[in-house]
Parts: sequence; C-alpha cells; structure tokens
Amino acid sequence: MFGLLTGSIAGGFPGSLPALLVFSLEPLARLGTLDILVIALYFAMVLWIGFYLKGRSNTSEEFFMAGREMTAWIAGLSFVSANLGSLELMGWAGSAYQYGILAAHWYWVGAIPAMLFLGMVMMPFYYVCKTHSVPGYLKLRYGEGARIVSAVSFAFMTVLMSGVNMFAMAEVMKVVLGWDLNFSIIVSSLAVAAYVALGGLRSAIFNEVLQFILIWGGALLVPILGLVECHGWTGFKARLAANIASGATPAGDYTHLWRSMGHFADNPMGIHWTGIVFGLGFAISCGYWTTDFLVVQRVLAANSLRSARLAPVIGSFFKMGVPFIVILPGLLGLVVLQNGDGSLMHLVGQNLATPGSGLHSYNEVLPLMMVRYMAPGLLGLGITALIAGFMSGMAGNVSAFSAVWTYDIYQPLIVKKARDEHYVAVGRWATIIGVIISIGTAYLVMHAAGIMDYVQALFSFFISPLLGVVLMGMFWKRATKAGGFWGLLIGTLTSIGLWAWVYINPAALRYVALSPDAKAMAENMYRALWSVIVSILVTFVVSLFGKARPLAELNGLVYGATILPKEEPVPLYKNEWFWTVIAIVVFFALNIYFW
Amino acid sequence: MHSSGISIWFFIGVLLVVYGALILGYGIFELATGQLANVVLANLHAPVWWGAMLEALGLFYAIRFRPGRAGK
Repeated sequence: MFGLLTGSIAGGFPGSLPALLVFSLEPLARLGTLDILVIALYFAMVLWIGFYLKGRSNTSEEFFMAGREMTAWIAGLSFVSANLGSLELMGWAGSAYQYGILAAHWYWVGAIPAMLFLGMVMMPFYYVCKTHSVPGYLKLRYGEGARIVSAVSFAFMTVLMSGVNMFAMAEVMKVVLGWDLNFSIIVSSLAVAAYVALGGLRSAIFNEVLQFILIWGGALLVPILGLVECHGWTGFKARLAANIASGATPAGDYTHLWRSMGHFADNPMGIHWTGIVFGLGFAISCGYWTTDFLVVQRVLAANSLRSARLAPVIGSFFKMGVPFIVILPGLLGLVVLQNGDGSLMHLVGQNLATPGSGLHSYNEVLPLMMVRYMAPGLLGLGITALIAGFMSGMAGNVSAFSAVWTYDIYQPLIVKKARDEHYVAVGRWATIIGVIISIGTAYLVMHAAGIMDYVQALFSFFISPLLGVVLMGMFWKRATKAGGFWGLLIGTLTSIGLWAWVYINPAALRYVALSPDAKAMAENMYRALWSVIVSILVTFVVSLFGKARPLAELNGLVYGATILPKEEPVPLYKNEWFWTVIAIVVFFALNIYFW
Repeated sequence: MHSSGISIWFFIGVLLVVYGALILGYGIFELATGQLANVVLANLHAPVWWGAMLEALGLFYAIRFRPGRAGK
C-alpha cells in the first residue's frame, strides 16, 4: 500500500494524492446483486483465512516471519503484490491516458533492475544475517542508533500512510460506487485488523497472493476486450494516429518509451533520460525495492536462501506484466471511451472535472473502462480486485509496522527480556493499535486533505538516503558506525532541504533537476539521486576518519567478509541465475520493442 | 508454504470455483434468455468464457492443493 505511496513517492507518482481523489459527483458504476455477492464472498474468504491461520501463529517467528517457510512463488507474488495498490492502478492508468506509454517506466526500468539486484546481490546478506527487519540489519551493521532512527521513522510513516490510503480508498469507493466514507473505512479496517491480528504475516501474505490473483482475474479482461474492439495493437495505433491527425486527441508520442527522452522539453512529463535511468531506475527504485521493509519482509519469510533470491526474480516477471492491466487500459481509453452521443470522450485534469461539469478526470479511466466492458458479476470481480488491492496493501503496512514496533522499538527500548508469547501478544496488539491510528489518520485527513501531500513528501525523505547507507554498509568493509549515522542524517537533510528549496522557490527546480524545462515529476528523481549521492559521500568521508570493525564481526553482513552457505545444485529451470538472465532479456526486449 | 496445513492455493481455488460458477451462470442465463447486459462487446459473451476459465482454474487449484492430499 505503500502501493500508492511508493507509486507516488518512490515511483514519483504523477500528481498529488488529493488530485487523485477529485471525481465527479455521480457514481460511475452501479452494482447489482451479483456484484455485491462477489464482493461479500471476498470478505468471507479473507476472514476464513484469518481464523484458519490463527492456530499457526503462536510463536514470534510464526507471527512476524510467517515461520520462514514461504516458497519462492508465494514470497515472490506477495513481494510484488504488496506494491500493487488499487489507487496506484487507477493513478497510473490515468497517467497512461494523459502521458502515454511513458508511464510504463515506473513498472519496468523503475522496478525490474532493482528487484533483480535485491534477489541476486543484496538478499544473501539480509537472509544470512537472519535479521527480522531492515532496521534490524542496520543495528547489526551500524549499531543501535541507526536502528532506532530507522525503525521509528518507518513505524511512524507506515501507520500514517496506511491512514492516508485508507481515506483515499474510501473516497474512491464513494465516487465510483457511491458508498459512504465511514462504511468503507470501518468495514475494511475491521476486516484487515481481524485477519492480520489473527494470522500475522502469514495471513497478510496469503491475502496478498489472493489479491494478486483477483487483480489479474478482475482486470485482465479490460485490455483483452479493448484490444478486440480496436482490432489489436496495430489497430489501436491507427485509430490513435487518426484521432491525433483530426485534432480529436492532443498531439504527442503515446506509444514510445524512450524516443522523447532526449530533452526535458520533448515529453509531457518534463523528464530527461538521465533522470529516468539514474533517478528513477537507481535512487528511487532501489531505495524502495531493496530497503523498504514493507516489501523486503515478504522475501525474508522465504524458506531458504535460494527461495529468497528467486522470489524477487519471480516477482519481476509479474511486475513486467502489470502494464498490460494498468497502462494498456489507459492507452485504450484514448480511442474507445465515448460520450452518450457517440463522440470521443475527453478526460480532463482534476481541476476541470468539477462536480456538475459532466467531465471525468484522467484518474477515472480504469473504472470507466471496467464499466464499459464488464457485465454483472464481472464488474463485481473488478471492484473486488480494487478493494482487495487496498486491503492487502493496508495489511502489508500493519504487519510491517507490527514487526518493526515489536522487534526494533519495544524489545530494545521497553521490555528487553520477556517470554516469546509476550512479544507475540505485543505484535497482535500493535496490529490493532496500528489500524486504530490509521483510522484516526484517515479522519484527520478527511478534515485537512492538504496533509496528504506532506505525508507523501515526508516518506520520500527517508527512503533514498537509507539506500546509500545500506549499500555502503553491505559493500564496503570500512564503513563505520559514525559514517552510517551521519550518512543517513545528512542524506535525509539534503532531501528535505531540496524539497523545501523548490517548495519555497519553484524556480529552483532548474537547479535541482538540471534544466529550466524540467517539470515537477523530474524533481522527485533528481532529489532522490542527490540524496543517495550525498549519503554515500558522507558515509565514505566520515568512515575514513573512524576505526573500522574487525572483519570477523562483519560475517553475514558485508560483501567480502561473508561466507555464504553452499546450496545444493538444482536443475537449470530451478536456478535463480538462469531466471535472472531470462528476466533481463525480457526487460530489454520490452524496452526495445516499445523504444 | 503448504508444508503444514492448507495451502493458499486451495483457498484461491475455492474462491475461483465459486466466482466462476456465479459468472458462468450469469453468462449462460444471458445466452439462454438473450437479455444481454448493456456493455460494449456484449455479443462476445465474456461472462461465459471468462467464467468458464475461472471455474477451470479454480477447480485445478482446489483439487491439486486440496487438504490432506499426499505430496502437496
């Protein structure tokens, strides 16, 4: 669920969260009995899973780490699903309508290299040191101070963002279906609190996998029928070209990924390819996919090192497929959506889609496409996919919060020695309290929507500097405790400072993003890049003046000082390196095909 | 994941079986009565083939990962 947040922060979400919530007053869809039944069955299923798993989450290892017995497939699907929030799906579909296929960068270069890097390079260290969390790794590598700073910021931001997204989803349900805000918030949060408090991480992971299947089962039909209506991809491009030639659609290159990236002014996002490759592909993407505990926790629950390495690789294949259910419907909407009189529908910016205008905003393209093609039952399935995306994202947040609170805050600072049952009870209560804080945040945001943008910005301040410090700690034996602390601090301050500079003086964007033609989207990428660079440099310089830890203490933590366990040879089709090479080939093929 | 207890794939299979039955049932009703839903490409009868696909997938997982099955 940081699906939305990571989509927005780590992924540089186009536009603000409040902007996403501006819909027209009339509900877009009306659900029939069959649709309601489909949704109700989903709720029954998640509660059944929660109650079933209650008896299998009695120890802390079971509750917080799902017993570390997930297969590579389960961990991989959960890993990618934790990021697949429903608001993100709608937001990126809207971006595809507005900007074209450029939005796919956030799914391909903005995810795949980082996921493969996590699996092949970083995962052995996380897994071998047996940490329970990313802050836990920082403790082992840099000491208690770095752990506490990281844990407190993560826990705080996690529940805050959970609440923001809860409110956002309730708003979406209100405008898409006409549901009452309080109803959506209470029902969904009660369900999440019940199944996570009962079944812990295992329950959250189960539901993430379930959500993943539902999203594909509920949303894949839209692009299939859209392509049928357009007579395939070639037919779509022909209709789009005709619309552009007639002036019905604004001119632009909607179907190529890289051709317009040569200069900031050449594409509607105002981004240069260096920002995409180094800012998005490295600083933002690696920051999120390799150090955000929300997603890393899923992989740490794998049943072996090989599964832990294979999980992100498996996830990368599905991540590469997500644009077909998100970006493609947005693009198809450009040519198939029609008004009641048969004329081409024009979606508009949120500022124009005011109540009474009769206009729809870009962000409504996915629900509009669902309503266009989906008969009763199928529409319920599509809406269930959106609800499931929201709930599993929230479950991801509260399960990660529960683990970090218990392991990295409560245990080291409050009750150091207690029985295992005590910490499991603390984890269950942390889950419930996390949901309550989220609900409180949702109502707070309801009365001050402007808070949402600040919350998103706040989260972004911590992710990229953390990447710099973790990378230095993992790959440089000489990095010291003081180096890590100051690297994290100065990197974070750099991020905050650059954000504040542009906030106070928008003209400063030309310096932060290196061009007067840069737009707001480019700021996220370059800001992240600068903060990673600063955190790495500060860690490096400060460490030079300190005393490095003995090599023996770094076993399991640092490259070159770690003896990795030998794994049994497996057939080629089960080998993680084999699938990594295949993923790389597919990744390049997609980028070249849509160049 | 299914080393102890019921596999997640069984839960998914059960849900897909029920969804498939509901959607396929509606699709057959449409076919039988000719009362098509007011959606684009309704003539393709998506509920029939999409519902059938969900049903088949659900049955596969529900049977393949049913509780107590040896060698799950």
